[in-house]
Amino acid sequence: MAKPPSSQDELTKRFGPHLNYNPPGGWQGESDKQSEMLVKTHCCFCGQQCGIQLKVRDNRVTGFEPWEEFPFNRGMLCPKGVKRYLQGNHPDRLLDPLLRTDEGFRTATWDHALDFTAHRLRELQEKYGRDSVAVYGGASLTTEKSYLMGKFARVALGTRHIDYNGRLCMVSAGTAYKGALGVDRAPNPWSDIAAADVLMTIGANIGECAPITTDYIWRARDRGAKLIVADPRFTPIARNADLFLPVRPGTDLALLMAILHVIIRDGLTDREFIDAHTTGFEKTAESVEAWNPRRAAEVSGVAPEAIEKAAHWIGESRRAMLLHARGLEHHSKGVENCEAVVAIALATGNIGREGAGPVMVTGQGNGQGGREHGQKCDQLPGQRSLTDPAARRHVAGVWGISPDDLPGPGYTAVEIMNAIHAGEIKGLLCVCFNPLVSLPDANFTREALDKLEFFGVIDFFLSETASHADVVLAGSLQEEEEGVTANVEARVIHIQKAVDPPGNARRDSEIICDLAQRLGRGQYFPFREPREIFEELRRASQGGIADYYGITYEKIDRQMGVFWPCPTLDHPGTPRLFEDGRFFHADGKARFMSLAWRESGDPVDAEFPVYLTTGRVVSQYLSGTQTRRIGGLVDQYPEPKLEIHPRLAEQHGINTGDPVTVTSRRSAITLPAMVVRTIRPDTVFIPYHWPGERSANRLTHRTLDPRSKIPEFKVSACRIEKAARAGEGS
Amino acid sequence: MFGMEFYVDPSRCIGCQSCLKACEECDTHRGVSMINFDFVDRKETIASAAYVCWHCDDPTCAQVCPADAIKKYEDGIVGSSLKPRCIGCSNCVLACPFGIPKLVPEYEQMMKCDMCYDRTSAGKRPMCATVCPSQALAYVAPETIAATRREKPVNTFWFGNQRITTKVYMMAPANTGEIAIDVADYTWEGENELVPQAF
Repeated sequence: MAKPPSSQDELTKRFGPHLNYNPPGGWQGESDKQSEMLVKTHCCFCGQQCGIQLKVRDNRVTGFEPWEEFPFNRGMLCPKGVKRYLQGNHPDRLLDPLLRTDEGFRTATWDHALDFTAHRLRELQEKYGRDSVAVYGGASLTTEKSYLMGKFARVALGTRHIDYNGRLCMVSAGTAYKGALGVDRAPNPWSDIAAADVLMTIGANIGECAPITTDYIWRARDRGAKLIVADPRFTPIARNADLFLPVRPGTDLALLMAILHVIIRDGLTDREFIDAHTTGFEKTAESVEAWNPRRAAEVSGVAPEAIEKAAHWIGESRRAMLLHARGLEHHSKGVENCEAVVAIALATGNIGREGAGPVMVTGQGNGQGGREHGQKCDQLPGQRSLTDPAARRHVAGVWGISPDDLPGPGYTAVEIMNAIHAGEIKGLLCVCFNPLVSLPDANFTREALDKLEFFGVIDFFLSETASHADVVLAGSLQEEEEGVTANVEARVIHIQKAVDPPGNARRDSEIICDLAQRLGRGQYFPFREPREIFEELRRASQGGIADYYGITYEKIDRQMGVFWPCPTLDHPGTPRLFEDGRFFHADGKARFMSLAWRESGDPVDAEFPVYLTTGRVVSQYLSGTQTRRIGGLVDQYPEPKLEIHPRLAEQHGINTGDPVTVTSRRSAITLPAMVVRTIRPDTVFIPYHWPGERSANRLTHRTLDPRSKIPEFKVSACRIEKAARAGEGS
Repeated sequence: MFGMEFYVDPSRCIGCQSCLKACEECDTHRGVSMINFDFVDRKETIASAAYVCWHCDDPTCAQVCPADAIKKYEDGIVGSSLKPRCIGCSNCVLACPFGIPKLVPEYEQMMKCDMCYDRTSAGKRPMCATVCPSQALAYVAPETIAATRREKPVNTFWFGNQRITTKVYMMAPANTGEIAIDVADYTWEGENELVPQAF
């Protein structure tokens, strides 16, 4: 049903990606004109959410000016932030709703497109039941929009299936922190990083994926802090590491268990802290007893001496921080990996103080805020559980519905795609998500999308996924609608509207409210402005873990952000958690989780002997829907390359630039080689930002962590062979 | 900007190239980047380095310019070539010991970092040093650098017996005096000047 209505070439010609290099009006024409206003807002891309000022003229964003007063980044920006303004006036921008016809997409009126969308969603629900339609949201949406998506799914559609692309981000960390500490949030403000004496990053390519955090780490080093970097690749920050641990993909847990083993063995634990503030230590200690450095070295490929050294540096420090990101979390044991990090912090008493703590480096723009207020399949606003009767009563009360009408937890993002493939889910409404590029096993995703009986998309560009849609509703960029996000530190910040959406494109929240109206549920969606959504969100979150009740737009502007929880209007916010030694569980104690080793879901063997890991490059963002359209960013890294160590490359006669076919148990793709000594010899790396024949996610597998349901992007098995160059025979 | 100096520390660079992109956005550069950026040897190492013009006290580029197109301003900034004067001869490109000036064929003119003169002369920081996520390029007060960095700023360089002092500082290991890597700087040939480390 939902195959693209025209060929890829035709789609590309009309909808791109085309490369935009120049600001509106060109470099020379506009250069003499001053901007009409500078709008203080934030970058639309990653979880750093750097402060930036957008130059606006004639309702167009024409450039940027650093915002040096914003304390988090103090004017610093990565290349994506510098060039983000080139999206607004982009030739690929969708200016009208699109409807699929046999001849391709044609533009439609809003009335027609919205009526059609509402009609088809209702039709499917009447025929197959309420849960036959699902909603996909995204973590680049403002918190208002994220909140609205959760309410829309549960109140307007009445389906239990809503989840979001944050499922591909930090949910393993979220699950681990919630379980161990009672709250899903990085416990420390970023200023603590610069104040640490020992920093360990594991599975966190800070320099490329959280670039401005580099300065915090360098500032710690300037003070004499030691830096430990654990990664299968020698990432940019590893160049200054005091200790580099080249961990084999999928074996971080062995490394972490051995670090904890040494800390316990050598009496480096903080017994007083453990006794007063935690439970479960003995069981965890038992679970790592067999994991001596020698055994961990055999599994992880990290030298026993290096493990001992890391353990001693962390265990002997009162200011140790452990930073982790997707490299630790994208595993079928992602939750255990993060629980091990938390356990090391708890065992050494490195938590709740300046310069001490386990810290998840959330990746997506509103990765933090987007997961707090009901866009997750099992959560209600305020980071409340959807199965908690008191939480259901509170939120249903704010929404003006009966708790009995609130659906229960639904499927997670990958499970929704599985259910579409299996024919259980027939209709999908998708905003801010490009699953065809970002979900694992892309061929499976394409098959699933083609089975949908109705597929509606809200987006500002026609993404690869949107090209499968029946209707595409032209939505808004981040700078086209006011709202809030929460950055990597859980600092709630204010996204200002700089311009109106161009052409007939509309604000996302207007589109959702109009759809709710057409579904006969308009009385629950009376919002005219994002501010009205935020006011309701404040009340819905009140008394929850992520309590926003004390936050207002004005307070955010005044304080340069407000850290949640912020329960009352006179509360200053909470930059650092657990300072009083109390954790967010009812008994106030943190939990040690027992750790158990498991193999990854796609193990290497004689046929597929090489580890494949995937990730990002600094000039591209996620599925590339936005960044593959910006000329300067594409020029910096134009196409995916296969990073491979000379030792492995030599075995196959591969030199830099040679085409190499990478085959996994799912599929094969061919990419040029980039021969570098900065990767383990048993591992290859491919960045995942590209679609189609160059898509790393054609190779990855759909194994999920059983608790967080995160896919295991960071380790697959593959084999490589040098491919014939075009024109050189087969 | 009064009281601020420019510091380059390649050991902090993460290769993100934000400086190149931001340089294009400066109101006087408009789409042309003046940053010199290199991955040192990507096969062997992740090391990368971004440079601006060093703004020499006695600029070689200006000395060799036959058209008198390169001016040093009162505050020590050496400008890009003056469009009406530059004849595109590339003398400066060849002569600069740091390899900074570039002939931009599109404009038939040499262009190089002018330390965002429109910004720095109006009290703003240069684009590259403002955005640099690792502060490998930093535009701050000398007291700040002295108080916060392990490395030491150095602004005396030797290029085969040519001693050059610059406005921009290189961050070097704390025991470094002057930067000289050419053996000629250490080799006594009678009356030539030698780097102090040669004694």
